[in-house]
Amino acid sequence: MESVVHLRAAVALLGRFPALAGVDLDVGRGETVVLQGPNGAGKTTLLRLCAGLAPVASGEAVVLGHDLVADRKAVRRHVGLLGHQTHLYDELTVADNVTFWARAARAEASDAQAAMARLGLDGRLADVAVARLSAGQRRRTALAVLVARRPELWLLDEPHAGLDQDGRDLLDGLIRDATAAGATVMMASHELDRVQGLAPRVVHIAGGAVTDDTAAPAAPTEVAHAP
Amino acid sequence: MLRDAALVAGKDLRLEWRSRVATNQVAPFAILVLILFAFALDPDRGILERATAGLYWVTVLFAALLALSRAFSIEAADGNRDALRLSGLDPAGIFLGKAAAVAVVLLALEVLLLVGVIVLYNADVHGIGLLAATCVAATAGLAATGSLYGVLAAGLRVRETLLPLLLLPVAAPVLIGATRAFEDAFSGTTGEGWSWCVLLAIFALIYTVFGVLAFGPLLEES
Repeated sequence: MESVVHLRAAVALLGRFPALAGVDLDVGRGETVVLQGPNGAGKTTLLRLCAGLAPVASGEAVVLGHDLVADRKAVRRHVGLLGHQTHLYDELTVADNVTFWARAARAEASDAQAAMARLGLDGRLADVAVARLSAGQRRRTALAVLVARRPELWLLDEPHAGLDQDGRDLLDGLIRDATAAGATVMMASHELDRVQGLAPRVVHIAGGAVTDDTAAPAAPTEVAHAP
Repeated sequence: MLRDAALVAGKDLRLEWRSRVATNQVAPFAILVLILFAFALDPDRGILERATAGLYWVTVLFAALLALSRAFSIEAADGNRDALRLSGLDPAGIFLGKAAAVAVVLLALEVLLLVGVIVLYNADVHGIGLLAATCVAATAGLAATGSLYGVLAAGLRVRETLLPLLLLPVAAPVLIGATRAFEDAFSGTTGEGWSWCVLLAIFALIYTVFGVLAFGPLLEES
């Protein structure tokens, strides 16, 4: 299986504190992996490292074929990160936000429209300023941005938080569709019951290192390199 | 790069159109400053008239600080700076787009303030061409330097107070040059107004090139 994420002894620092203290992890294309662990374990930092936002202090880190030690910027346009922040402009409408971020990622306006429709944000809601949305609607808008960007690697940090039951079901459907289309999903979640149906593989993290991997790939994976 | 610049400028101007911060807050503030100068200097009308050009550009500079602070605070909110890094947008395009949007807002303010000084300070405008060229060149310089220092300060908690400290010394040449050019335009003399205007254009060009090159690393580190 082609490895989309390949980490060996990867260390990331938050100031002087090692938020990741030597992570070994391989994630194959089309996989869905759930990161579990206590608060402060390093899950968010791991997602940010894979997104090319957190620098790799030492070790190996290759994501989507891009060596993050040499250049962590090149991978960014190929990943979609949904963290605790929604990355939306409050005064702009839902449609403005989704269209702007979609066009920034070289997606078409029609991709933005389709994403909004998929998330139930078309019609009246499309013209509502984000500042006036509920937390759940705001989360849906952030998901619409993610869908419109069509990333190869989805990095989700507690993605179900703030969503109602319909929203959660919708998100699960999006994740299944994305992986079926060849995208890879890594998500940090405390809701194991919720995500068990989505991800047969659960990676436990504690103290900035992988402590358990319930379904690690049996064979070493081939690491793809970007041209 | 230019496509990204247009995209970012369009987004910032749409944001301004929807929030009306420039029209409802920055413009009234600038007019208020002009009025306060008039109150302070009114006992000697001659000083007010002689100082019109300088007071005009000091007011523009204050208004620019507000506009720039606003332009970069929206990127600091809700993790949008991370989103910009992840977006795939060319950093140079982001710089040009943000500077262009700030420049459009400032030019509109400058027109309003020009009407203000004509009404409040009895300023006579003789050289419209020189005024217009000075406004464009000085605004380009302010927008370029402001966008450069704006992103530098944006990632810091003290950005609201740091930006004026960083920007005002750097913008001093704009204040001097634009004031000299405006003095000629107001008096109708054929002095060195156009020379100052050319100097402003060179200043703007240098900082625009510098911004195109430096904005990426600054966005990364801020």
